[in-house]
Amino acid sequence: MSVQKSLTPTFVPGALPHGTGALPRLWSGKAWAFLGAAALVLLVVVPVCNLLVPKDSVFHVSDYTVTLIGKIMCYAIVALAMDLIWGYTGILSLGHGLFFALGGYAMGMYLMRSIGRDGVYKSDLPDFMVFLDWKTYPWYWSFTDNFWYCALLVVLVPGVLAFVFGFFAFRSRIKGVYFSIITQALTYAFMLLFFRNDTGFGGNNGFTDFKRILGFPIAAPETRVAMFMVTGAALLGFLCLGRAIVQSKLGRVLTAIRDAETRVMFSGYNPVYFKLFIWTLSAVICGVAGALYVPQVGIINPSEMSPANSIEIAIWTAVGGRGTLIGPVIGAAAVNLGKSWFTQALPEYWLFALGLLFILVTLYLPRGIAGLWIKKRS
Amino acid sequence: MVRDLAFGDSEVRSKAIGALVTSADPAVVSLLQAMIEGEVQTAGDRQVLIVRDDKAVDAATGQAVDPLPETREDVVVNNRMRRELATAIASFKLSSPDRAVRLAAARELQNNADEDALPAIAAALAKESDPEIKGLLTLTHASVQLGSTDRATRLAAVRALAQSDTGATKTLLLGVLAKKDGKFVETDDEIRVEAERSLSAVEGRLLKGDIAARVFSGISLGTILLLAALGLAITYGLMGVINMAHGELIMVGAYATYVVQNLFRQYLPGAFDWYLLFAIPMAFLVSGLVGVVLERTVIRHLYGRPLETLLATWGLSLILIQAMRTIFGAQNVQVENPVWMSGGVEIMTNVVLPWSRIIIVAFAGGVLLLVWGLLTRTRLGLFVRAVTQNRQMASALGVRTPKIDMLAFGLGSGIAGLAGCALSQIGNVGPDLGQSYIVDSFMVVVLGGVGQLAGTVYAALGLGIANKFLEAWQGAVLAKIAVLVFIIIFIQKRPQGLFALKGRQVEA
Amino acid sequence: MQRRNFIRTTLAASLAAAALGIGLPAQAQNTIKVGILHSLSGTMAISETALKDMALMTIEEINAKGGVMGKKLEAVVVDPASNWPLFAEKARQLKTQDKVDVIFGCWTSVSRKSVLPVIEELNGLLFYPVQYEGEELSKNVFYTGAAPNQQAIPAVEYLMSKEGGGAKRWVLLGTDYVYPRTTNKILRAFLKSKGVDEKDIDEKYTPFGHSDYQTIVADIKKFAAGGKTAVVSTINGDSNVPFYKELGNQGLKATDVPVVAFSVGEEELRGVDTKPLVGHLAAWNYFMSIKNPVNDAWKKKWADYAKKNKLPGADKPITNDPMEATYVGMWMWKQAVEKAKSTDTDKVVAAMAGQTFPSPNGFTMKMDNTNHHLWKPVYIGEIQSNGQFKVVWKDPKGLVQAKPWSPFIAGNEGKKDAPEKK
Repeated sequence: MSVQKSLTPTFVPGALPHGTGALPRLWSGKAWAFLGAAALVLLVVVPVCNLLVPKDSVFHVSDYTVTLIGKIMCYAIVALAMDLIWGYTGILSLGHGLFFALGGYAMGMYLMRSIGRDGVYKSDLPDFMVFLDWKTYPWYWSFTDNFWYCALLVVLVPGVLAFVFGFFAFRSRIKGVYFSIITQALTYAFMLLFFRNDTGFGGNNGFTDFKRILGFPIAAPETRVAMFMVTGAALLGFLCLGRAIVQSKLGRVLTAIRDAETRVMFSGYNPVYFKLFIWTLSAVICGVAGALYVPQVGIINPSEMSPANSIEIAIWTAVGGRGTLIGPVIGAAAVNLGKSWFTQALPEYWLFALGLLFILVTLYLPRGIAGLWIKKRS
Repeated sequence: MVRDLAFGDSEVRSKAIGALVTSADPAVVSLLQAMIEGEVQTAGDRQVLIVRDDKAVDAATGQAVDPLPETREDVVVNNRMRRELATAIASFKLSSPDRAVRLAAARELQNNADEDALPAIAAALAKESDPEIKGLLTLTHASVQLGSTDRATRLAAVRALAQSDTGATKTLLLGVLAKKDGKFVETDDEIRVEAERSLSAVEGRLLKGDIAARVFSGISLGTILLLAALGLAITYGLMGVINMAHGELIMVGAYATYVVQNLFRQYLPGAFDWYLLFAIPMAFLVSGLVGVVLERTVIRHLYGRPLETLLATWGLSLILIQAMRTIFGAQNVQVENPVWMSGGVEIMTNVVLPWSRIIIVAFAGGVLLLVWGLLTRTRLGLFVRAVTQNRQMASALGVRTPKIDMLAFGLGSGIAGLAGCALSQIGNVGPDLGQSYIVDSFMVVVLGGVGQLAGTVYAALGLGIANKFLEAWQGAVLAKIAVLVFIIIFIQKRPQGLFALKGRQVEA
Repeated sequence: MQRRNFIRTTLAASLAAAALGIGLPAQAQNTIKVGILHSLSGTMAISETALKDMALMTIEEINAKGGVMGKKLEAVVVDPASNWPLFAEKARQLKTQDKVDVIFGCWTSVSRKSVLPVIEELNGLLFYPVQYEGEELSKNVFYTGAAPNQQAIPAVEYLMSKEGGGAKRWVLLGTDYVYPRTTNKILRAFLKSKGVDEKDIDEKYTPFGHSDYQTIVADIKKFAAGGKTAVVSTINGDSNVPFYKELGNQGLKATDVPVVAFSVGEEELRGVDTKPLVGHLAAWNYFMSIKNPVNDAWKKKWADYAKKNKLPGADKPITNDPMEATYVGMWMWKQAVEKAKSTDTDKVVAAMAGQTFPSPNGFTMKMDNTNHHLWKPVYIGEIQSNGQFKVVWKDPKGLVQAKPWSPFIAGNEGKKDAPEKK
């Protein structure tokens, strides 16, 4: 395998194979069939095998597997969002963990409110507020007992933050590494802020010990499976959305911005708004993933905002293959399954394996796992 | 008496110390000293021994005891005893012929003097000729006399205290001015007026000390940031490699220092205090070597693809961390400060500048000078700058760019190692050491302007001082957040940092 | 042709994921499985690795003495990597995939809080070996570390006494997370009940991983000028080294301003040059320097184990309070299983009540009949120049019962001293 030595990246991930001319239709027939199959597995087979098949049967899917896959699907959505902004538009964000966590916190606020008086102190306030001697909810907790309001926050908070941040950053034409570094500063600042107990989000402990969601007990198998199905549907939905975007004219402009932003400008486009759109969308998708993640794992805390977590998101995308839609999904699944397995089988060595994986992938698989297939076909 | 000291409970011991002090027996000092050092042991229920290097002396008789009794108990000295012992020793030492000893004793008494020590202080004051010691003693004397029942004595004491610069004096004076149940504790108006005058003099001095201390701590933090970021300014700023393993190269330097320290302890215990001088080049070499190996094996394949160097070096950092964990264990290791780096210099009574920090400030200055010299005054530096500005052109003119890359990366890594060596003197040495500096280092380099050493220097010092002043005002967390937000906003205004390379490039 | 691959890859990925879930059929039960859930990587590895090794040593010891009910113990070690959601996932994995009967693990409160819902849902059993903030009582958890009244309050009482220096002013300094916050809340209420004025208490928090203590130490100095001051430190983990180094260098001596710490033990001092720290204090329920035959034997066992397995730092083996809590907890669990003649959670929980075990801390420790906490002795030790502690005070009451619901926190008045039935 020869290694790229030239100064400019020559490979062009995600270049449309269809040549010029009319935009292709969304998916091919085979892809539709595949999507259907995936939907069948996620929405019917797994739920049935978990709930109805008896525990000792070989076909039983354990609760553990359901939560694990559910969690990985959330990560996959994040990786997909990362791919839209990085793989297709060429902007590496090291702050996507922030949007993920903000979505999670918005959902967490609702979950905390719905604990009601079942907390340790039997108060209307969450335990951590009782313990800080707070008597009422601070203003930013208003209305959070309403699920739909929180659902709106899940979209709005990351969306607005990303929009404002992106607007100034793109307008100032901050790009490349600079952009990556200031997104890192952003998530780091938020992490410190959320770590403070006085901020009102539970400090280091974050939110835990949820009891119910929309009135259903959160630990019940049916609730778990329902959340799993919602996550599965969201993943497939975002796949379709992503596909629709990259197949559209908008998608082509984005790819063009990635490959030669100056030329796009000279052609009369203003890249700022294209970038702003995809950046904000990507943040919103992350927020939704976070909101799906929190009820399934049962905890959200500021360490999700640590710079290391955001770097890891980039890694999933890189490992799976940038500039393909399925790549990030594979990457998120592969890295996280690997992590689950390694931390069990070789707990002391998993960091070696993980580190080596990143190095090997960047050196020898610049197009990720998905790139292997593409290469084999061509 | 000696037996009371060793066997009695705290009250009895306290009395015994008082009695021993008045006896003015020179042997008493060595006994009290031995007690502070934890060298006093008891054998049986009568014998009190001073044990040094496995040799025992009977404390009561001064006779050597040989052989050592089998069962001995340490005499437990707690903080209360330690303080009383220290005061007692200090009042002895006030009459020492050695100026330094007297000065130290006067300092010691300053915080702990009470009525009991008054005669000793007064006697010493009468004999003392050195102005500094005399000043200290006068103040101590005055602060004890503030509680006197005689009006004239109190008035004199209050006036004398105007010369003080300690916070304790402020508290004392505030006590004079305090009200209880709506009435002044001090009934005499004149004394109160004098007390207020003295108070404002003391407060003025305290404020000055305070500002001096903050500026210094800001500079100290700034130089630490500078050391951490300097290597990165080369590898990232000049070469465009986003080296996420930079923090780990710092960590490697710190571990190199640790290993050198251990080798010295084992093979050259006599020269232990100077291990650092040897550790500095070692840290540079080891980190530099690790850097060169990384460059040869991984990074050279990725030049021109900065975002991918980020991913690969992140992987490298994980491996380095876990490697250190496997070799040295997950726990922090102990790096001892040499004696000449412990303690501090007291520039005002309340402001102690630790030697370790002063030395690090100087060290950072030295490293900076070296790097600057290397980049601007040597052939290697010329090549590095040439490659930075225009790689193809430099190559075409016969510069062996791969070699320059390797050396420059090694240099940056080596400087990271030096940073690690310095950091080992003030903080933890553990596998996670580097992680806490990586974000900060990047902020410094980006704020300063990529490719600009001067920018890095200004950014590091500016951030350090800003951080410290904000911290005093709003606490550590908000200070840090404010600094980060400032960086984010600043980059919007000047996307190329404080000192941008001037040029007409459209795309960086 | 992208789409074919697209299909194939995803199918493969989902198949792989499904295969993972099917798992292996249950094996014949010749062993009893014990889960060990301590971070071996990430920020908490510094503290937790030693607990994992201690747990393994205890398992080896129990096996050497014939195991439990004739069965050998089998350790299942996993690494939750200092990642709190991963703690929950790993706990579920241990319980449902590996079918362990008991889990020893967690260090931080947040990791425990993360694991708690899983353990309760699956009716598992967790032994938590670290001193913590209290305010929690789960049927499925045994807390073998100290509650605040077994550590913090006696320490403050000591500092208030003439012997401890008669402190009048207090700096409550901690890392900003739940343990310091709760401890300081309790201490503040306690100090007030002792007549300490609001203005004589200064509460300060620093973020995680804070390493620059220049300002804090300067502030402490300033505060201490106002009268006899003591510092109560709940600074966590790594931050202790820079804090103590700064204290030493700025010349703040223990005789002037003593610092008592609740998170600094022998292990934390390993990375510190302790000469400038002599006289500063720590409160624990066990110190390595305690002299008694049980402790001597235990320390030797640990030293041998460390050497045999070539653990890092085996040249200078160190034992500390959480290690002791792990050790005692595991032996008590063993005894309870044998008493219950079953590893069933409910039966073991019932059998745990009133278990006793001769601990290296010189007392025969006792599990409370109802509240899942140990009765513990309280020691206060001074730091010595060799990195060890010398006990200067021990609670004259002997064993102290834990009060997980602190009476100094409002709202705890009506709380029962036993887990609620669910």
